[in-house]
Amino acid sequence: MIGLQHYLTISAMLFVLSIAGIIINRRNLILLLMCIELMLLAVNFNFIAFSRHLGDDTGQVFVFFILTVAAAEAAIGLAILVVLFRNRHSINVQELNEMKG
Amino acid sequence: MLFQAILFYMVAAVLIGASLGVVFSRNPVHAVMFLVLAFFQSAILWLLAEAEFLAIVLVLVYVGAVMVLFLFVVMMLDINVEAVRRGLTRYAPLAIAVALLMAVELVQLIWLRSRLGGGPIAFDAYPEGYSNTKALGAVLYTEHVYAFEIAAVILLLAIVAAITLTMRKRPGLKVQNISKQVAVKSKDRLRVIKMDAEKKS
Repeated sequence: MIGLQHYLTISAMLFVLSIAGIIINRRNLILLLMCIELMLLAVNFNFIAFSRHLGDDTGQVFVFFILTVAAAEAAIGLAILVVLFRNRHSINVQELNEMKG
Repeated sequence: MLFQAILFYMVAAVLIGASLGVVFSRNPVHAVMFLVLAFFQSAILWLLAEAEFLAIVLVLVYVGAVMVLFLFVVMMLDINVEAVRRGLTRYAPLAIAVALLMAVELVQLIWLRSRLGGGPIAFDAYPEGYSNTKALGAVLYTEHVYAFEIAAVILLLAIVAAITLTMRKRPGLKVQNISKQVAVKSKDRLRVIKMDAEKKS
């Protein structure tokens, strides 16, 4: 019988994997953005599971707004990435130290 | 019910495999492809949880728009993969250790109740004739209408921000100056010169 715990487990695994991805791929900015997308997906899993568990549709409305904001975030993040690559010819996070005091 | 359980476990296995692929693949294009697969599997899982509207939105918005944008940027940027990947192995053991620890803790916490004898909590079935899309629309356009409008403004902001960030003035580009063209008068263009008629020699 598939229920709340199964969905929460999937969500936890996705979240943990994306945290590992952020630590492992911390040089490549585009992979960091993709790991953040994966993390938001895990959050959405939690929202949907609890929305079904509690029988309240507000959780699903929340997922709708998270999807909207994540799309906006991806668009702006990729725009910043393109400008960064145009100016530096690299998206290595380690080389971005101009704002260091 | 058994069929649903088998489908759930298969799709969940593919989902975890695809997210492993996102994290560990060397090529960013492969990572984007794995992410598309992960979003598809998530949509199937949401369908199994009877959240049909959000499953369709996930496929349309994420796979159709955001992932194509990612793929576009990845292919446009022409990143030197090997140079970026040089420091991979140094932090991998730490990351895997942290991830495993967190995974074990979270799974223990989630399954605590069923280990104490409660069993997994199944979702309540929806009543006959229930429409997920209709129910979401009914709350979205009444209770959450302000949040809905703010979401629209956020999307507009994203459009404006993305265009302003990536637009640039290239030097030496030949473009028309429209206001200058419209404001021109005939006497700026045509000059009547008075001169004496020449004699035939």
